[in-house]
Amino acid sequence: MKQVVIIIVGFLVAYGLNAQVRVQGSVKDNRGRILAGANITLKGTYDGTTSDSTGKFSFKSFERGSFVLVANNIGYKIVEMPVILAKDSVEVNFVLKEEISELKAVVITAGSYEASDKKKGTVLKPLDIATTAGANADISATIQTLPGAQRVGEQEGLFIRGGSAEEAKIIIDGTVVNNFFYSSVPGISQRGRFSPFLFSGTVFSTGGYSAIYGQALSSVLSLESIDIPERSEVQVGFSPIFLSAGFQEVAKNKKSSFGFSYNWVNLSLYQKLVPQAPDFFKAPDFHTVDANYRFKTKKNGMFKMYAYYNAGDLAVRNPSLDSIGLKNAFQLSNKNFFTNISFRQFLGNGWKLNTAVSVSYNKDRIVNEVQNQQNQKIPVVNIPVINFSQFNLTTRQWMVQARAVVDKRFGAINTLRFGTEVWNNQDTSLYSNLAGSFGSTISDFYTAAFAESDLYITINLAFRPGFRLEHSSLLNKWNIAPRAALSYKVGAQSQVSADYGIFYQTPERRYLTNNAEFDFLRADHYILTYQHISNSYTFRTQVFYKNYISLLKTDATGTSAINTNGEGFAQGLELFWRDKKTFKNFDYWITYSYLDTKRNYNNYPIAAMPTFAANHSGSVVLKKFWVKNMFGVNWSWNWSTGRPYYNPNKSSNEFLTDRTIAYSSNNFSLNWLPKLGKANTVVVVGINNVFNETQIFGYNYSNRLKDNSGQFINSAVIPPAPRNFFLGVFLSWGVDRTQQNINGNL
Amino acid sequence: MKKMLVIIAMFIIGTVAAQSKFEAGMGRGLTQFKEAKSAEEMLAAAAFFERVADAEKDKWLPYYYAAQTNILAAWMNPKTDKDKVAEKIKELIAKAETLEPNNSELNCLKQMVAVLQLTVDPMSRWQSYGTVAAEAIAKAKAIDPTNPRPYMLEGQYQINVPEAFGGGKAVAKKLLEKALVLFDTFKPASPFHPNWGKEQAVQSLAACQ
Repeated sequence: MKQVVIIIVGFLVAYGLNAQVRVQGSVKDNRGRILAGANITLKGTYDGTTSDSTGKFSFKSFERGSFVLVANNIGYKIVEMPVILAKDSVEVNFVLKEEISELKAVVITAGSYEASDKKKGTVLKPLDIATTAGANADISATIQTLPGAQRVGEQEGLFIRGGSAEEAKIIIDGTVVNNFFYSSVPGISQRGRFSPFLFSGTVFSTGGYSAIYGQALSSVLSLESIDIPERSEVQVGFSPIFLSAGFQEVAKNKKSSFGFSYNWVNLSLYQKLVPQAPDFFKAPDFHTVDANYRFKTKKNGMFKMYAYYNAGDLAVRNPSLDSIGLKNAFQLSNKNFFTNISFRQFLGNGWKLNTAVSVSYNKDRIVNEVQNQQNQKIPVVNIPVINFSQFNLTTRQWMVQARAVVDKRFGAINTLRFGTEVWNNQDTSLYSNLAGSFGSTISDFYTAAFAESDLYITINLAFRPGFRLEHSSLLNKWNIAPRAALSYKVGAQSQVSADYGIFYQTPERRYLTNNAEFDFLRADHYILTYQHISNSYTFRTQVFYKNYISLLKTDATGTSAINTNGEGFAQGLELFWRDKKTFKNFDYWITYSYLDTKRNYNNYPIAAMPTFAANHSGSVVLKKFWVKNMFGVNWSWNWSTGRPYYNPNKSSNEFLTDRTIAYSSNNFSLNWLPKLGKANTVVVVGINNVFNETQIFGYNYSNRLKDNSGQFINSAVIPPAPRNFFLGVFLSWGVDRTQQNINGNL
Repeated sequence: MKKMLVIIAMFIIGTVAAQSKFEAGMGRGLTQFKEAKSAEEMLAAAAFFERVADAEKDKWLPYYYAAQTNILAAWMNPKTDKDKVAEKIKELIAKAETLEPNNSELNCLKQMVAVLQLTVDPMSRWQSYGTVAAEAIAKAKAIDPTNPRPYMLEGQYQINVPEAFGGGKAVAKKLLEKALVLFDTFKPASPFHPNWGKEQAVQSLAACQ
């Protein structure tokens, strides 16, 4: 007993000498807000605690002497304070500064929509492109469900905020793709050439875009190709309209990959099953091969090569409007080549280099004949309009582009970006008709230098000034285009932005055959945006004003340019709402665009609303997915008010005052992802214009024939078939080594 | 009185004599972990393990538990920003790996983080994060074929993978059964080495029936 008492006394003495000392205090941020859950550590010991819901902390320690007390909270800079632990309790009050990180900072949107898995603030995901009804896995068709993009049924291209298709540039890995869409016949729009699965990120700018891009008055769609794919794969796809086969081989260490694919599109069978209004006497027939090679360099650099070749032809016959009983036969054959080599490398110390080179070639050979009822070419007649409808046209376009962009990170998340690029375009065309043959070659050497900087004034306020200096050898002129974007975060998930910029574009080269002096085309953009983006909801609204200061004017026939004194404007309001949360596994978005635009350009006699603009348009996109059955059903409704069309019966004061009927299309698609044997399978079924709604895109008028009331006769421009069907089965056999490994261990 | 003094004395002697500082710390942390009922309590345990880890500097186990408790806390609080927390957890795992490269248990954690991030947006992330998860499990199995946890984690994951993608209850059942067989013979290297998951395996197996 005595011994026990001694031991206890001994311990009590020891405890007395070495009793615990209390460390307490509080944690707040630099605006005095309480920070709960911050980790408090007495450095080098196990002692510490976390701050409670009132931001207070308190713990006891046996330690004595000089220590460092550390406060650490996710999203804040770590703060260390020296403390001396002696007899009395110690009080430390921490003030933590928010760490400036991209996750928390305001996003510089510069008027763009992003589709990416990586970045925050994305409106669309790459998968959305494959699962939007009516889009049939076409990138641009999905983009057309976003506000600001106008659907123009008779012509492919991006028509952004009252801008023509030529005013939008499409970019892959930094370089421009001149012929993004398949070559088309008049009155029928074509889809894009490239599969959406080639790309991991999409940035779609409806205006006010960054200074690192140029030569687009309205819009830039920038696509970034995937790096190394997840696994090796053999793919086969078939449908009534196409067959495809390919493989992708990923090295075991996932540092490199290469792939090859072949794709054959032939619409003969489809056109037998679904009757088409025009007589396709040569059904569209396209062969495509593509190849890729990618490898990772040291320090996370990436080298990518992509090459694409496509050849195809089609021919279509329509009744001639200029002579009853005759037909217009249009034949097109196209060859297209595109290759892009890009390389990016971190150079250390916050420096990053992006370079890209691309070469593209496109050849269209068009033969237009007037044929009789027996489908034979008619000889020369005494009606000039008919004689001049017979022509041959061969065009070739070469483009070589090289580009380098350097990024320098400074401060926490500020960036300086600058670079240079050169384009060399060479277009040749040979046009022949009754009057003879006319050849032309136009080449342009375009050089540009640009710089911009993302400056975070505070974590909630960012400013991006930039400029672009451009020179065109064809125009022999310089321009300098300033750009500016300002973003301010007003809430945890919401922000407002204001964007401004001057945008220049070289006039379309095909008009510039007469060696006259021309200036750059110019548009100025002013955009205000409010957006709220969370994981569940996205709301975005924009108002914009676009001032076309210089547009091309041509002669009355619209064949060659006179000057660049054309002008116009576009203004409007856009809304976007997307909700993934309210209904389980159900995702929908609703968009609305209001557009008010007029322009006096090309051969317009007065300022008028152009044929590719509608005052009101919108979309409703619905997606329901059953995870258990891997089965999805998608619906979309696209609508717009009528668009202007040219009516030669009207006087020039009433130029483009006629409107088509309103457009409406309801589309349905379903996708099912079963496992057939060892193959991952994707089955896609789609019907466009389910309700068979009448769609009229405009009217073609006769040049000479009039009806009883003295009006030129016309025919409506309508889709080749009222409904469009799609069925595709895609099989892929993954050579997934991890899966083999797992099975082998079971 | 006498009895009480004896008890106090025994208690103090027991505490001071039997355990080293590290062992005491780990013991305390694991108790805190076991008793954590809320996300806050779990985070407090996580913070404690992190303090032990940073103080010791050469022990991977406290980093392991700091990562594991952070993952569990993220699941317990549905408001957690999973991507942000995942970055922190990955840092903890990376620190553990520099001390203990090629460890089966750490690869299990990698799978758990990948699954945590996958659930943020399963539709688009399934491919990329699913691959990361599968690779981590394959590695965990390869490094230590007697470790039941990779099988348990994979089983839990496969329950939610559609049959069409090679998952489903039948596949999960096989894995979980295998895990239970391994749990019967599994012996942790020390009382502080990971030795959890049997209960979860039994529960998940019940869900497969």
